[in-house]
Amino acid sequence: MKKKNSNPVGALKRTGAYMSSSMGIIIFALVLAALSAVMTIIGPDKIGKMATIMSDGLFTGIDLAAIAKIGVFLAIIYCLSALFGFIQHYIMAVVTLKMSYRMRGELSEKINRVPQKYFNTTSQGDILSRITNDVSTLQQGLTNSLPTIISAATQFVGCLIMMFVTEWRMALVALCITLLGMVLIVAIMSKSQRYFTARQKSLGELNGYVEEMYSGHEVVRISRAVDKVLDHFDGLNAAVYDANWRSQFLSGVMQPLMNVIGNLSYVAVCVFGSVLAINGTIEFGVIVSFILYVRLFTTPLTQIAQGMTNLQMASASAHRIFDFLESEELGDESDKTEKLDAVRGAVTFDHVRFSYPDSPDKIIIKDFSAEVHPGQKVAIVGPTGAGKTTMVNLLMRFFEVNSGRITLDGVATTDLRREDVHELFGMVLQDTWLFEGTIRENLVYNMEGITDEQLETVCKACGLDKFVHSLPQGFDTVLSESTTISAGQKQLLTIARAMLQNAPMLILDEATSSVDTRTELLIQRAMDELTKGRTSFVIAHRLSTIKNADLILVMRDGDVIESGTHEQLMEQNGFYAELYNSQFAQAS
Amino acid sequence: MIKLLKNMRRKEVLMVLLCTVLVAVQVYFDLRLPDYMTDLTTLIKTSGATADILSVGVKMLGCTLASAVLAVGCGYLAAKAASGFSFTVREKLFRHVMDIGSEEMQDFSVASLITRTTNDITQIQMIVAMGLQMMIKSPIMAVWAIIKILGKSWELSAVTAAFVVVICVTVITVMSICIPRFRIVQKLTDQINRVARENLTGINVVHAFNAEQYQNDKFNKPSLDMMNVQVKNQKLFALVQPTMMLGMNGLALTIYWLGAALVNNIALTDSAARLTMFSDVLVFSTYATYVVMSFMMLVMIFMLLPQAQVSAERISEVLERKANIREGSVSECKEHGTVEFKNVSFCYPHTSEDELSNISFRVNRGETLAVIGATGSGKTTLVSLIPRFYDATEGEVLVDGVNVRDYTFDTLYNKLGYVTQKAVLFAGSIRDNVYFGESEAPADDEGLAQAVELSQAKEFVDKLPDGTQHHVAQMGRNMSGGQKQRLSIARALAREPEILVFDDSFSALDYRTDAKLREGLSKQLHDTTKIIVAQRISTIRHADKIVVLDRGETVGIGTHEELMRNCDVYREIATSQLSAAELA
Repeated sequence: MKKKNSNPVGALKRTGAYMSSSMGIIIFALVLAALSAVMTIIGPDKIGKMATIMSDGLFTGIDLAAIAKIGVFLAIIYCLSALFGFIQHYIMAVVTLKMSYRMRGELSEKINRVPQKYFNTTSQGDILSRITNDVSTLQQGLTNSLPTIISAATQFVGCLIMMFVTEWRMALVALCITLLGMVLIVAIMSKSQRYFTARQKSLGELNGYVEEMYSGHEVVRISRAVDKVLDHFDGLNAAVYDANWRSQFLSGVMQPLMNVIGNLSYVAVCVFGSVLAINGTIEFGVIVSFILYVRLFTTPLTQIAQGMTNLQMASASAHRIFDFLESEELGDESDKTEKLDAVRGAVTFDHVRFSYPDSPDKIIIKDFSAEVHPGQKVAIVGPTGAGKTTMVNLLMRFFEVNSGRITLDGVATTDLRREDVHELFGMVLQDTWLFEGTIRENLVYNMEGITDEQLETVCKACGLDKFVHSLPQGFDTVLSESTTISAGQKQLLTIARAMLQNAPMLILDEATSSVDTRTELLIQRAMDELTKGRTSFVIAHRLSTIKNADLILVMRDGDVIESGTHEQLMEQNGFYAELYNSQFAQAS
Repeated sequence: MIKLLKNMRRKEVLMVLLCTVLVAVQVYFDLRLPDYMTDLTTLIKTSGATADILSVGVKMLGCTLASAVLAVGCGYLAAKAASGFSFTVREKLFRHVMDIGSEEMQDFSVASLITRTTNDITQIQMIVAMGLQMMIKSPIMAVWAIIKILGKSWELSAVTAAFVVVICVTVITVMSICIPRFRIVQKLTDQINRVARENLTGINVVHAFNAEQYQNDKFNKPSLDMMNVQVKNQKLFALVQPTMMLGMNGLALTIYWLGAALVNNIALTDSAARLTMFSDVLVFSTYATYVVMSFMMLVMIFMLLPQAQVSAERISEVLERKANIREGSVSECKEHGTVEFKNVSFCYPHTSEDELSNISFRVNRGETLAVIGATGSGKTTLVSLIPRFYDATEGEVLVDGVNVRDYTFDTLYNKLGYVTQKAVLFAGSIRDNVYFGESEAPADDEGLAQAVELSQAKEFVDKLPDGTQHHVAQMGRNMSGGQKQRLSIARALAREPEILVFDDSFSALDYRTDAKLREGLSKQLHDTTKIIVAQRISTIRHADKIVVLDRGETVGIGTHEELMRNCDVYREIATSQLSAAELA
C-alpha cells in the first residue's frame, strides 16, 4: 500500500516536479510579481512626499519642478509595475494552460492503461471530474494564487521592514494588532471549512437524489410516489439551504472583518503616533508614512488568506490528478515477441481459476477447463452469476487469471501482447456502446480502408439497411442522445461493427438479447456465414440461438458442469435439459 | 433573470430591502472616515492635545465598528436571501419536472434537466449572493462619493471622470471579447467530458478494437482547441488587472500633480483660497478612489450577469414548459379490469410518420394479452399509452370502460401496475423499493412477502443477511440486471392492481425463472388482467390473445394456434425460436 500523500505541500511539490521544464520561466514570472509589489510600496511614500512639498509651500509657493520630478518618476514606476504585472500574468497563464493541456492528454491516455479493476473502485464521474474540474482548478490556482501570494508576501514583508526602519515602537504596535487579526482569520477559516464541507456534502446528496428521480420519472409517476418524493426532496433541499447560507455568510464576512483589523491598526498608529509626536519623540512626517504603510500592510493579509485557500483547493486537485496518473498500470509488454500469424483458432482453457483482485476470497471461476477446436462454435450457457461474461473477459485478457492458463493455438495468451490478443477477436458485448458521431463513424470505428460497399453489405446482413436508408442523411446521420433509436437497433449497429472487423475469432456476449427473433435469425445466417471456419464463442439466454453450437459449455457457480452438443446434453437430461425445457413449461 | 427573480418569496424580498438600508448606512460610516482623517491631520499639524486625538480616534473606531457590524448583518441577510432564493427555485423546478410528462422529459433530456436543477441553480445563487452586496453597495457608494466632491473643482472632476471612462471602457472591451470565448471554453469542456465518458463506458470495446490511440487522438482535438482559446483569452485578460491598478494609481498621481499646479495658480496673497484648494485636493484623492472602485465593481457585476442570464434562461425554459398531459376528473369506472384500444393511432411529436396506426383490441378481466413484434414495431409505444406516458393522437384508449384522459391521475394509477423495460430501482431498502409510492393495497409485511415471492425475488432476497432491509444502492447499482428486474416486478405486484403491464420485463431472466414467474402469476392472480410485451414465443404462447405488430400496424390478433395458422409474421417469429417438433 502506498503511503497516502495528503499534505498540500506534497501535492504541490509533485506539480512542481511535473512542470520542472518550465520552472525557470515560472520563477522569472514570480520575480516580476515581487518586483511589481515592491514598486507599490514606493508609490505611497512618494505621493506622501508630494503632499509634503505642497503643504510646505502652501503659503510661499509650491516647488512645481520638484513635484514634476516625483511625478515623472512615479509615472515610470507605475507603468513598469503594470507592465511587469501583465507579463507575469501572461507567462503564468500560458505555462499553466500548456501544463493542463498536457495533463488532460495524459489523464485521458491513462484511462486506457489502467487495469479494469481500477474502475471497480473508482466511479466514472470521479475520473471525469479529475480530467475537467480538477485540472482547471489546479490551473487557476497556480495562475492566480501563486503570484498573488508572492506579491502580497513581498508587500507585507517590505512594509514591515520599512516600518521598523522608520520607527520601531509604532511598527511593533501595528504588528501586534495585525497578528491578532491573523489569529481571528485563521479561526474563522477553520470554522467555515466545516460548513463548506457540509455544503458540498448536502449538495452532493441532493444532486444524487435528483438524478435518480429524474431517471425514474415514469416509475415515480405510475407508483403515485410524487408526494413522498417531494417530501424527501424538501428535506434534502432544506439541508442544502441551511449549509448554504452558513458557508456563504462566513465567507462573506471575511472582508469586513479584515477591514476592521485594518482600521484598528490605523487608529492605533494615529493615536500612539500623535502621543509620541507631542512628546517630541518622532517627527510629524512619520505618522503620515505610517498611515499609508498600515493600509499597505493589512491588505495583503486578506490576499494571502484567500490565496492560501485557493492553493489548498489546487493542491487537493493536484493530489487527485497525480493519484490517478501514478496509479498502477497494465504491465509493460514491449518485450513480448511471441506472435500468431496464421491463426487456426484452437483455444484451450487449462484449469483456469479467477477471483476479482478486490475480493480475493470470492472465487468467481473455480476450475475451468475446456478444449475448443479450430472453427468450432462454442456456446456458454448458465444462470446469471455463473461466470459466463467473466470467462470472456479472461479470454480477452481484460482481467488476468489467478492460476491456470488460456492458450491460442498452443501459445499462452499471457505470452502475447494484449493488443495482439485483441486483434484476433471480433467482439459484441452485452452493453451496446455507441458514441456521438455519424453512423459511419460508429461502424468504421478505428478501422481503415472500409468502403461504402462493405458498409452496405454488412448492414444488409444485419437487417439495418432499411433503417439506415430511412434516415435523412443515411450513413452520415449523427447519433446523439436525442436521436430516437431502439435498443435493438443499437445492438444491430454494434454487431455490424464487429462484422466489419472481420477478425479470425468471434465473441458474442448476449449480442442479440434486445433484437427480435426474426431479425436475429437473419443475423445468425449472416453470422454463420461469417463464422464459417472461425472459432466463435456465444453467450446467450435464448437457447434457440445456440442450439446448433458445436460445443455447449454449461456453467454453474464458476465451473463447467456439463458439456457437449445440444442433442448429447438433452440426452443426459441434466441441468441443461431442465433449463431448455423450462421455456415450454405450461404457464399463463 | 428578472422573470426568475419574481420567484423570490416575500420574506427574501424584505431581507433584500433591509439589506439595502443597511448598506446605505454602512456607506455613510465608511465615508465618514476620510473626514476624520482630515480632522486628525489638522490636529497633528496644529499640535493639538492628546485628549483631542484620542477622542477623534474613538470616533473613528466607532465608525469602523459600526460599519463592520452592519457589514456582518448585511452579509447575513444576503446569504439568507440568496440561499432562500435558490431553495425556492430548486423546489419549484423539481416539482415542475415531477409534473411534466415523458414527452417533455425526452425533449429536454434527463441529463440536461439534472444539470439545470443542480449546476444552473448553484450558478445563479452565487451571482445573487455576490451581486446583492456589490450591486447595492456600488451605486450608493459612487453617488455618495460624487456628491462629496461635486462642485469642489471642475478640473479635478473632469480628470476623475476621464479615468473612470478609460478604465471602464478597457474592462468592458476586454470582457466583451473574452466572455463569448468563455462560452466556447464551456462547450469544449462538454466535448472533452463527452469523449472521456465515451472512452470510459466503452473501455472494453476500446481495448477490443485496440482503439486506444484513436480515442487519444479524438480527445486531443477539443483539448488542444481549448488550450488555444484559453491562451488567446488570457493574453487579453492579463491586461485587466494591471490596467485597473495603473488607472487607480495614475488617478491619485494626476490629482496631486494637477492639484499642485491648481494651488500654485492661485495668487499667493489669497492664502484662504489656497488652503481650501489644498484640502480639496486631499479630499478628492480619497473620494476619487471610491468612485473608481464603485464603477469597477459595477462593471464586474454587469459582466458576470450574462453567465447567470444563460442559467436563468435554461431554468425558465423548463418552468414555462407546461405538461401536455392534463389530469381528468373522473374517479368512477364502468367496468373492472378491462383495457380497450379503439382505432388508436400515435405519432411522436416532431415526427411525421405514425408510430402506431389504427390499433384496436380489447382485454377482459383476468385475461392475458400479449404483444409481440419485430424490433421497432411499436410494442413499447403501445403499452405506454395505457398509463398516459403519451396520449394517443387519434382514437381512444379505455381502461375499465372510461377514456384514460378522463380519469384523475390517482384513479388511473391505482388500477395499474406497470413494469418498465429498463428496471428502475432507487436508493433505500428492498422494502422501500417494493412499497415505493402509494396504492390502495396496505403496505404490510404479508403483502411484501407475497410480492417478493411471486416476483421470484425471494430466492436471492432470502440469501441476503438482512433480507428485505437490505440496502439498494443508488439506481440499484449493487444489483444484477435480473435482480433489478425482479424487484421492479415485485413493486408492481405489491400495488395489487387490476391491470398489470409488463413491458418486455422478463428479458434479463433466464428461462426457468421466467417460467416460474408466469406460472405464479397465472395461478395466484387469476382476476388480474395481464398485458405482456415480449420477445420470446415461450413467454406468450399461452396467452388468451396475442397482438402481432409490424411497423406500427396490427397484422394479427388471436391465440397462438390461430396465429400459427393465419399469420405469416407470427409464424416466422415462432419458427425462428422453436423447432417444428416443439411447436406441435
